[in-house]
Amino acid sequence: MKTFRIGGIHPKENKFSAGKKIQQTELPKQVVIPLAHYIGAPGEPVVKKGDLVKAGQLIGKANGFISANIHSSVSGKVNKIDVQLDASGYKRPAVFIDVDGDEWLETIDRSGEIVRECHLSKEEILRKIQDAGIVGLGGATFPAHVKLSPPPGKKAEVLVINGVECEPYLTCDHQLMLEKGEEIVVGITIIMKVLDVKRAVIGIENNKPDAIENLRKIASQYNGIEVVPLKVQYPQGGEKQLIDATIGRQVPSGALPIEVGAVVQNVGTTFAIYEAVQKNKPLIERVMTVTGKSAVSPSNYLVRIGTLLTEVVNQAGGVPDGTGKIIGGGPMMGRSLMNLNVPMAKGSAGILFMPDEESIRKPMKNCIRCTKCVTVCPMGLEPFLLMNQSERNMWTEMEKERVMDCIECGSCSYTCPSNRPLLDYIRFGKTSVGAIIRNRAVKSVTK
Amino acid sequence: MDKLIISPAPHIHGGDTVSKNMLAVIVALIPALLVGFYFFGLGALIITVTAVVSCVLFEYLIQRFVLKTEPTVSDGSAALTGLLLALNLPSNFPVWMVIVGSLVAIGIAKMSFGGLGNNPFNPALVGRVFLLISFPVEMTSWPVPVPFSTKYLDAVTAATPLASMKGHLGTIPDTLHLFLGNTGGSMGEVSALAILIGLAYLLYKKIISWHIPVSILATVFVFTGILHFANPTLFASPVAHLFTGGLMLGAVFMATDYVTSPMNTRGMLVYGVGIGIITVLIRAFGAYPEGVSFAILIMNAFTPLINTYIKPKRFGEKRK
Amino acid sequence: MNLILISLITLGLVGAISAVILFFTAKKFHVFEDSRIDVVEEALPSANCGGCGFPGCRAFAEACVKAESMEGLNCPVGGAPVMENVANILGRVPVIAEPTVAVVRCGGTCEHRPRMNEYDGVKHCFIAHNLYSGETGCSFGCLGLGDCEVSCEFDAIKVNPETKLPEVDEEKCTSCGACVKACPKLLIELRKKGPKSRRIYVSCRNEDRGPIAKKSCDVSCIACGKCEKVCPHEAITITNNLAFIHDDKCKLCRKCVEVCPTNAIVELNFPPRKPKVEAPSTPVAEPVEA
Repeated sequence: MKTFRIGGIHPKENKFSAGKKIQQTELPKQVVIPLAHYIGAPGEPVVKKGDLVKAGQLIGKANGFISANIHSSVSGKVNKIDVQLDASGYKRPAVFIDVDGDEWLETIDRSGEIVRECHLSKEEILRKIQDAGIVGLGGATFPAHVKLSPPPGKKAEVLVINGVECEPYLTCDHQLMLEKGEEIVVGITIIMKVLDVKRAVIGIENNKPDAIENLRKIASQYNGIEVVPLKVQYPQGGEKQLIDATIGRQVPSGALPIEVGAVVQNVGTTFAIYEAVQKNKPLIERVMTVTGKSAVSPSNYLVRIGTLLTEVVNQAGGVPDGTGKIIGGGPMMGRSLMNLNVPMAKGSAGILFMPDEESIRKPMKNCIRCTKCVTVCPMGLEPFLLMNQSERNMWTEMEKERVMDCIECGSCSYTCPSNRPLLDYIRFGKTSVGAIIRNRAVKSVTK
Repeated sequence: MDKLIISPAPHIHGGDTVSKNMLAVIVALIPALLVGFYFFGLGALIITVTAVVSCVLFEYLIQRFVLKTEPTVSDGSAALTGLLLALNLPSNFPVWMVIVGSLVAIGIAKMSFGGLGNNPFNPALVGRVFLLISFPVEMTSWPVPVPFSTKYLDAVTAATPLASMKGHLGTIPDTLHLFLGNTGGSMGEVSALAILIGLAYLLYKKIISWHIPVSILATVFVFTGILHFANPTLFASPVAHLFTGGLMLGAVFMATDYVTSPMNTRGMLVYGVGIGIITVLIRAFGAYPEGVSFAILIMNAFTPLINTYIKPKRFGEKRK
Repeated sequence: MNLILISLITLGLVGAISAVILFFTAKKFHVFEDSRIDVVEEALPSANCGGCGFPGCRAFAEACVKAESMEGLNCPVGGAPVMENVANILGRVPVIAEPTVAVVRCGGTCEHRPRMNEYDGVKHCFIAHNLYSGETGCSFGCLGLGDCEVSCEFDAIKVNPETKLPEVDEEKCTSCGACVKACPKLLIELRKKGPKSRRIYVSCRNEDRGPIAKKSCDVSCIACGKCEKVCPHEAITITNNLAFIHDDKCKLCRKCVEVCPTNAIVELNFPPRKPKVEAPSTPVAEPVEA
């Protein structure tokens, strides 16, 4: 069984919501659609207070290169354009829309029919993806059209589809692969056309045998698409790890996957691309998992972007008693939420309830130099050393130790027997070193 | 809970703890300990109990009354040090000397550097070498193994196989006896079999990686093989070298000590080879019959240097 | 006899050759250094805090010697006496900077600013700041994890465990600026110490609109503009929903303190007012309770 070659851990999978059918959540009374998702510049609002909008209508225009269009996910009236607290408590611009009915733009094909043929040219497809505001749904929310236009001189050879879902608890991609397998594969053929590649591999961890089988069956009808079962190992969903695991190439430090001829897309993104290109449907809803050991009914939900998380949680049975921490995303890389009055963003893959006893970290002890963090680091770094340097603000040394390679997967903190907050300090170092590097770049440009 | 808890990712922990690791090593030592009790009887028991109790007690007292910090004896590292020290002593060793050895191991080698995690040298080995240099006669008069012996201080003593190697090669016991442990020596080091069982357990539980023990044993095997091949009358066979003295115990339990060994597998290999070479040099050409303890302590001193210059294989690093 | 002679000659020769080599290398690698740098450095407090803007006292001494005048050069730790001394050494006219002191512009104590969640990470402001806005509803206020305390070389700023706000010890503060750089929320400001250490400042950084700010913290600046209107010296400006008192214009009349509806404006070291509640006797950066 293939997997990536350096480090990795195997946390308890806890996929309680596996196999649960994707349920459509009820329409909320109001949606709050953030104009900025996790990364990139906020969009420019193109509607104003009092405007009537339909589902799928453009409300925020991409602003700059790494930015994506924002569409209304409901039909109704724009209540206001104001700031809304995001998951980390900072204010972000957002469009508030009062829901009225459920009227969609006429151009959107809402039938369940699968459209297999695509006669558009490369440029037309790219334009459609860009217009639909598709971003990476794996978590980083990087605009998809940017990823699909390799820089001049670079040629993609293989398309790698991420169906790994290595985060414990989450099952939204798994369920999508079961229910929308055909659509995903058509999406893959579209991306292959855009990138002009002959080969695509779908990496799926072998704890999802049903998904592997399903996609294998469908992919056999198409040329050049191959499903690669992978050994269960975290963080296999990391771009660089996935490329290593599926096609055995390692992306060099500081480079993008295109350097080794690979482009990675998540299955969720692939599905969204299919819908955008074949059904003219912008990214206005996504599948998310609501789960946790104590969750009332762990399941997968199809949720409109901008729905407040409280509404999703209420439909899933509410916040269970004794919840100490609510996490947006998976337990390894997700963010703990301050409250549930946060709108659902394009990158929200799940809501996870942690019981009280698992919410608080254990006290930290001395480092016993057991080398476990070094062994599990998927990038071959030395977390213990980076933490020591970060505590002492040794930024130049940290840069030499390649702190910028860190993918913040959290394997080091997960495995540390002394409960040391390795990643907290490494992230701090990364921020500081990143700022130094940016300053240097600015200086060298102005010189 | 009325307020939600906010913390940076990751939000789950693997559940590994320091005490779990220490306990696993103690469990891995049980076979060697049982062999020690079997061959050396009462004396072995007295020394083990003394060493463990005094190490734990010294650590507690030092943390409580000298450093005035929260005592951490519950993590089991002091008990492990005591156990390792006991396994490195002859079973007819006087009790008061064991206590002195424990004080040196815990007080000087461990606590004075800041406790667990900060000591540059393996505490048990520092204790042992301190005793070896201070009380050479007591440290090198090994009792003859007698199953279920009840004798302690007045046991019959004999030279160890390694000491025999230095003088005349003819008197080395046969390999099977060396492997099982029916030979003179420190109570924990006599049986290679028991230690290998411990090694298998440690590898199975992923407490240590294979790199250090294998590189040490392989180096010793190859190096003594060359010497034996060059002059069979002066140098013993590599198999005899592997199974005698403290080599097995040192390679499996002492050199692999977390705190004092290098932090990545490449460094571990360098460290292991270094220990192997120094051991053979001392055994073959030095004044002492046994060199494992010194070899490990010398390489302990090189560990920070190894950590500075030998880095793990980075992701995406090109093979040269 | 012969032996001694040979030894003497060899050693003597080696010595002589070495001396020649040393002489030439010393000449070749000689670096000219103004001897006054050493003298100036001697006069400095050797705190090496970097508060002057140079990396350490030596670098500051070099800068002093090189500079044309004493304009813009100030050792915040030594203050006026040291700078006068330095100016004398270099035979220049001393330029005395007005003494400044660090103030913490957040008055959100535990009672004024209720905690809404619990932070369970490394006790490090910068790390918490990178993660999220903080335990309270105010995303501008103090996190109380003590980066400033760690950064202070002089033991002058300490987080009060009861209020979870840092307090500056005026006697010890040398206004080196280390805490200003350390605070990720940019709450600490170096302000003029003022006559008899009397100061007035807005103890808030909240740039939210009034109602939102007020909701998250009782003593926040709600940008009502009363202080701006009442100020006879035009020392107060409001930008981004936040009032700011310019210490070069402020005449310490205390009119703004009276009108501030949320007590966000703080006065320090003033004698007690006749009818009103007295000001705190200890020099702490805490808002005055009305």
